[in-house]
Amino acid sequence: MATISELEKISTQVRRDVLRMIHAVKSGHPGGALGCADFFTVLYNEILIHHPKNFTMEGKNEDIFFLSNGHLSAVWYSTLARCGYFDIKELATFRKLHSRLQGHPTTAEGLEGVRIASGSLGQGLSVGLGAAISKKLNKDNSLIYVLTGDGELQEGQNWEAIMFAGSKKTDNIIAVVDYNGKQIDGPTNSVISLGNLKAKWESFDWTVLEMNGNHIPEVIETLNKAKSLTHKGKPIVILMKTEMGYGVDFMMGTHKWHGQAPSDEQLTNALSQLKETLGDY
Amino acid sequence: MKKITYTDKQETRAGFGEGLLEAGRVNPNIIALTADLTTSMKMDAFVKEFPERFLQVGIAEANMIGIAAGLTIGGKIPFTGTFANFSTSRVYDQIRQSVAYSNKNVKICASHAGLTLGEDGATHQILEDIGMMKMLPNMTVIVPCDFNQTKAATIAIADYNGPVYLRFGRPKVPNFTPVNEHFQIGKAIVLSEGKDITIFACGHLVWKAIEAGEILAQKGIDAEIINIHTIKPLDNLAILASVKKTRCVVTAEEHQINGGLGDSIAQLLARNYPAPIEMVGVFDKFGESATPEELMVAYGLDTINIVDAAIKSIARK
Repeated sequence: MATISELEKISTQVRRDVLRMIHAVKSGHPGGALGCADFFTVLYNEILIHHPKNFTMEGKNEDIFFLSNGHLSAVWYSTLARCGYFDIKELATFRKLHSRLQGHPTTAEGLEGVRIASGSLGQGLSVGLGAAISKKLNKDNSLIYVLTGDGELQEGQNWEAIMFAGSKKTDNIIAVVDYNGKQIDGPTNSVISLGNLKAKWESFDWTVLEMNGNHIPEVIETLNKAKSLTHKGKPIVILMKTEMGYGVDFMMGTHKWHGQAPSDEQLTNALSQLKETLGDY
Repeated sequence: MKKITYTDKQETRAGFGEGLLEAGRVNPNIIALTADLTTSMKMDAFVKEFPERFLQVGIAEANMIGIAAGLTIGGKIPFTGTFANFSTSRVYDQIRQSVAYSNKNVKICASHAGLTLGEDGATHQILEDIGMMKMLPNMTVIVPCDFNQTKAATIAIADYNGPVYLRFGRPKVPNFTPVNEHFQIGKAIVLSEGKDITIFACGHLVWKAIEAGEILAQKGIDAEIINIHTIKPLDNLAILASVKKTRCVVTAEEHQINGGLGDSIAQLLARNYPAPIEMVGVFDKFGESATPEELMVAYGLDTINIVDAAIKSIARK
């Protein structure tokens, strides 16, 4: 069990990594990655039962996480490296030729921690369901976690998966929606409104929880609650309110940092707001 | 021309159903999935014997492909079953990202391919699926020719680790390959040796190629008939060896000329051993409603079309 202070140190360092990785190659998606840094930190360092030093594709008796919104790759890579899946020095290869840290995650390069390619949106929940059913067939009681974006829910395949899981009572999966209310073209509600998202999931027979994804104690508490609700006949979803760009003042409150790298000056400004806690890669 | 006879007429999809059941009895990791087409896919026997290893996904093919990809992560071998159109074009991006790029051990099993689906018309008669699937890196593409071979191919792909597209059809067609013949992925089968021309065929067109070979023999033309049941990986050595002997080619398939078997062989020959090639297939058109037999005639996919193509190809030597 890490203390809140220790987890905050990790999430701050992860945010630095994200910004430095994206700045180095002048490309990537900082907004959502910063917003989800606290969630990733808690999930990998406090919640998951997993073996970072002994990664297997099958993940037998381990909890498995799938990132459906693959453009958040930078925060995932940093989190994986920081908890021991691979050397943090490899973060410097992000998005470069022959790197295992592709722009969007892939299994093609054998990167420890990644079990499916993602990037083309809307596919991760289905994959997670397959893995969840596989665990049930294997009498493996560990859990499946899937993160999706909120704008990503505009993809119809999600609703096929949501309907399936409710109907089949796939109760060993915890879906988390990054409910930051923003997407490339602007506020989600002005692009295509998600309407009453909680009611939608509930009507598909999911148990719905809500949390502030930028408040570490609440993330811990809610994820633990979600775990306690698994294996009870219903799939679980957490609607996770986050602030895109969280931790860097000029990146918050706008959708403009969805897919834009900071300049040299902006990086300096951003890093001044995020103290180096665990040593830069 | 070697005399080839058939024992009976059966649906290739029924061969899939039997192969799935047999493979399922041997390997407990095999899981069958369908999108509301259990009976059309001949999966009923598997469902009856292994209900806990069957997933009814409903009319949601994209979700089915994703679930299949996820199942492999726990060591399962998923066989998805729906019509060829819904197995490919409807879910191309799901296959591309979650199956092919992720290199997952998913078997995409597709029935009712091509014009022989018949009366339902062009919305369901996919003629582009071989091309779509063969373009994907990591994907193996198999088009067996009859009941026995479809059954054998279904059993064989269960033992192969990697994504596979298995294409078969709806109607009853001559069943002529040996019962329980071992199916070797990527290994062409010479059905009859000849010296004047090579006819390469796949799927339902293999039997028509045999019929064409008999007609050509009556005209004094000695045709070599080769069953290319695996479009990818293509048996380059067997194809080149045959063409070096006969020096001209006909390809025959129930698919668009663009992107199909003929396209693969033409590319191979152009790069290694240029030779006259005529193609029997659909020339950049959608299908339509009619009986399978009427459509094969109307679209130039009948025995006589292979005969004519052979004569034309020989004349270009």
